[in-house]
Amino acid sequence: MQNTRVIARLDIKGPNLIKGIHLEGLRVLGDPHDFAKKYYIEGIDELVYIDIVASLYGRSKLTEIVKNAAKDVFVPMTVGGGIRSVEDVRDLLRAGADKVAISTAAVENPDLIRDVSRFFGSQCMVLSLEAKKQPDSMWEVYTNSGRERTNLNAIDWAKQAEELGAGEILLTSIDAEGTRKGFDLDLIKAITDAVTIPVIASGGMGKAQDLIDAVTIGGVKAVAMADILHYGRDSILDIKNTMHENNIPVRLSHE
Amino acid sequence: MSNLVTVLDYGVGNILSVARGFEAVGASVNVTTTVEGIENAQRLILPGVGAFAAGMTELKKNHLDSAIIKLAHSGVPLLGICLGMQFLMDSSEEFGETAGLGLIPGKVLPIPPNSHDGDSLIVPHIGWSGLELSGDKKNWDNSILVNTPVHSDVYFVHSFFSQPNNQDHQLAHCVYGGNSLSAVICKENVMGCQFHPEKSGLIGLNILRTFLSI
Repeated sequence: MQNTRVIARLDIKGPNLIKGIHLEGLRVLGDPHDFAKKYYIEGIDELVYIDIVASLYGRSKLTEIVKNAAKDVFVPMTVGGGIRSVEDVRDLLRAGADKVAISTAAVENPDLIRDVSRFFGSQCMVLSLEAKKQPDSMWEVYTNSGRERTNLNAIDWAKQAEELGAGEILLTSIDAEGTRKGFDLDLIKAITDAVTIPVIASGGMGKAQDLIDAVTIGGVKAVAMADILHYGRDSILDIKNTMHENNIPVRLSHE
Repeated sequence: MSNLVTVLDYGVGNILSVARGFEAVGASVNVTTTVEGIENAQRLILPGVGAFAAGMTELKKNHLDSAIIKLAHSGVPLLGICLGMQFLMDSSEEFGETAGLGLIPGKVLPIPPNSHDGDSLIVPHIGWSGLELSGDKKNWDNSILVNTPVHSDVYFVHSFFSQPNNQDHQLAHCVYGGNSLSAVICKENVMGCQFHPEKSGLIGLNILRTFLSI
């Protein structure tokens, strides 16, 4: 069985690593490079950088941040936030990114998913899907880092993105994000049942057991985590050891 | 021993990460786009991401392909990474048959869409998989993997894989859905990694360091 990937998610605003709750109420934590380097040395499998205000203001420092990271970090990096065109993707890949995560621009122009996967391969094209549960119990897709409603059903959108050529889905539950109360397993299960491409669970990890649930109940191939690592509530090594003890294949040796 | 490495930039692939990876293990990296740059190389890296035919077209455009072949025949160490490894073969079956550089006899084939027990398999193969000893090899002595423990996990992203005709040319493979896919190939001074050593953490960097000592 394929190793389950343990991913650190670094939300960026300007030059800073930040962390919020429900993608809001942001707190500055420091220089993203320091955190990235630490996670790399401790054995993280991948990093995801998301500029959470880029789609609002158009410009982002992500290219510089990734270029800088590429000096010290030698695991795959996914970069998202404010990507609007094939040219934007090319710039980020040349700066050292391996994949791009696209949310807002993909909703506005779904053909962008097809264009990116045609030019650079589907393995590069990660759909960033941010969803919030509605009173009628469907999950609605939000854009602009959880600020704007789209009227899109998350399950339909996931399927459409797969057909257009998305290679992976970074699935963030806005309800669970930053709460430390565990992933939204119903949402995760609904999406993993709907698509065959790998799904990365994001939002809500409070303890290692939440990850185990996302994999065994939710069916994800990877888990993204943020404040559990940023605040040092658990270590990558301990999380991976817990996975191993629970018979979830994981990359353990990295030296 | 010289620490010079030339990375070929033909417009495809993540040149920066490959260059940074070599710099991290003490290499002095020169990025080139020309035949002259290839001719002067003391070690050459052929990176690559994307489609085989499109990449070969780029290599042929400025006669980079014949310069690489000439360099390889002169005995200079050559390392192909990912698509760059697939170029080393005779041909690829990706979107019809396309000729490669023909430095290692064999073909590039699609990853079978089914696992060995019949389940459908997600292609591309993306993620960390272990390096295993191929054929009747007992160890990786005197090779680019001499410092790599068996079962080490490295990072793969691919839909196709290289199948050397001669089993001796395959040092290591990974297992995906029960299928063995070649991971490291070698014929004298010509070597290829299907995975990305520059994205495989300290284990990957160690492989780059070993290449520098060849």
